[in-house]
Amino acid sequence: MSKQKQKFLEVSTGEHFTTGNHAAAEGALAVGCKFFGGYPITPSSEIAEHMALRLPQLGGNFVQFEDEIASIIGILGASWGGVKSMTATSGPGYSLMVENIGLGMMTETPCVIINVQRGGPSTGLPTLVGQQDIMQTKWGAHGDFEPIVLCPNSVQECFELAIEAFNYAEKYRLPVTLLLDETLGHMSERLIIPDASKIGKVERKKPKDSPEEHLPYKPDDDLIPPMAVAGEGYRVMVTGLTHDERGYPDLNTKTQDKLVRRINDKIRLNKKDIIKVEEYMLDDAEFAIISFGSVARTAKGAVNRARKKGIKVGLLRLITIWPFPNERIEALAEQVKKIYVPEINYGQITREVERSVHGKTEVKGIFKLGGAIHNPQEILKEIEGDA
Amino acid sequence: MTEDQNQLLESEAHPLDGFLREGRIPHIFCPGCSLGSITNVLIEAINESGIDPKKVAVVSGIGCTGRIAGYLNFDSFHTTHGRSIPFAIGLSVTDPERKVIVISGDGDLFAIGGNHFIHAARRNANITVVCVNNFNYGMTGGQAGPTTYVGQFQTTAPYGSLEEPFNIPNLAASCGAVYVARYTALDVRRVKEAFSEAIAKNGFSFVEVLGSCPTTYGRRNQLAEGKKILEFFAEKTVLNHDADTRDVQIDKNSPIIVGKFVDIEDKPTLTDNLLALQRVSQAKKG
Repeated sequence: MSKQKQKFLEVSTGEHFTTGNHAAAEGALAVGCKFFGGYPITPSSEIAEHMALRLPQLGGNFVQFEDEIASIIGILGASWGGVKSMTATSGPGYSLMVENIGLGMMTETPCVIINVQRGGPSTGLPTLVGQQDIMQTKWGAHGDFEPIVLCPNSVQECFELAIEAFNYAEKYRLPVTLLLDETLGHMSERLIIPDASKIGKVERKKPKDSPEEHLPYKPDDDLIPPMAVAGEGYRVMVTGLTHDERGYPDLNTKTQDKLVRRINDKIRLNKKDIIKVEEYMLDDAEFAIISFGSVARTAKGAVNRARKKGIKVGLLRLITIWPFPNERIEALAEQVKKIYVPEINYGQITREVERSVHGKTEVKGIFKLGGAIHNPQEILKEIEGDA
Repeated sequence: MTEDQNQLLESEAHPLDGFLREGRIPHIFCPGCSLGSITNVLIEAINESGIDPKKVAVVSGIGCTGRIAGYLNFDSFHTTHGRSIPFAIGLSVTDPERKVIVISGDGDLFAIGGNHFIHAARRNANITVVCVNNFNYGMTGGQAGPTTYVGQFQTTAPYGSLEEPFNIPNLAASCGAVYVARYTALDVRRVKEAFSEAIAKNGFSFVEVLGSCPTTYGRRNQLAEGKKILEFFAEKTVLNHDADTRDVQIDKNSPIIVGKFVDIEDKPTLTDNLLALQRVSQAKKG
């Protein structure tokens, strides 16, 4: 197919040489995203630019809002308008969004936020890599909820996990975060986009009962309520206040307990479906590296170099960051003498790994505070010291 | 009294019952609050507009007025503090047929949400925004806000407010709103007329309703009953449709100028522009 005609298709089937940011945007389009609301911020702006170019061609809408707060709330509105919606930002913008990510959790609104991480805190290192938003994506908003956060490590995976992010958002009814980093967002490599028929798409459950009978927050057995949206005659009632199955505010401990337990448990009980990891040379490993995002690429290099030297090291790469794969990590702790956690922050995933191993093995964080990825040699040096 | 009126008095139903959510009444509003009458005429205006109720969505922020969306039996959204307008934009552009009405308070729309208001007016979002201005933060107990006039007493202005309030109609007009009107809650017929006109409008239409809040505004300002505030409005209000919006600032001593200040035809809306962009960008599709 000619490039000219292809630009009017949701799925840009074929081989591309492109960046992680563009790949993530193409993944969103391929799975049917039809609304983007965003605000420029380095290093994510290419996603907004690509959506501004492509969405009108596909009958979708791009709105550049006045700030990140408007962007997140705008995509929640669009989702209740019945379309798949997305925004993209970086750490400072994500900080502005968290209150309304909380609204999305409470109102069970499917949408996707791409966060291309840079160095922080504050304005920090706008143009350089960081992995410092791990805890922000988990604990940013007040109240109890279980977020889903996915973390690709290649341009190909930016495309694939953008699709997964939308599918989880639609299936479990919540805002899902796709966590890139500056290196991944800006680096170019090969991307193969499959035929449109190969793109697995999940759509939100629709109510089967009539508007008169329908209770908008009455869950099915899977704890997820079917979702009627605006304009379908269901006269939906949506509030960030604690609400009953009718969606009506009901401010008491019993309703609060039932609602908050359910919006957490719908994720906790489905961890097996949501948690994805990649295991590399772990079968006979005596030492393990746990890594994620672009750092996992140099971590793999460290494993290869160590193996050449006869040191039995393996890699557990976290693709799903939240919910945290603590059970897999605890099992690994029983197998290896030590776990190394290289990350571009001062110990965010390391803290979670320490919690997961229950003292069964030693955990060593290898921290870079932002601005650069670990060199494989830096990781290898730590392991060689112990081997 | 006619037979119809008699029947109505004996009936347990209210003629607008279907427009209120069953089980949500009694409402939370204080005695003497004008939000009941304002809700009433908003429903009447929507009903008489002839718009399919399925195509109506009402969005509120947080506060006393912010509770109104939740009483109405349309698709209704009670969002976070200050954020009703961008939520409404998301709802509006995803269905060009949808009529999205925002109703919220002065603190919600002009303090924490002020940035969204001015940008929505600038981009001529196809939404109707109603601000019920009660000159203070009612729900949180009577703090001063962006509409509190100089010398007004509130809990966070115990010596009288020092700051100039926003001239809201002028802000709306200067940012590009295609319809701007202001009336007081005393004059519900004009409020209803303004709601009807604003709803019928394409583009960013805005109505400011000066409301009565005896509990947290009135008590501190020698107007401790709803009736007293309405009498104060009756005394001070001057109707002037031709007023320059720069001259409609509210202060302690001047008359309150009300009227329909802006009514512009045929300005393309955000939705119009987005649809036109889709057509242009797809033109080469062949």
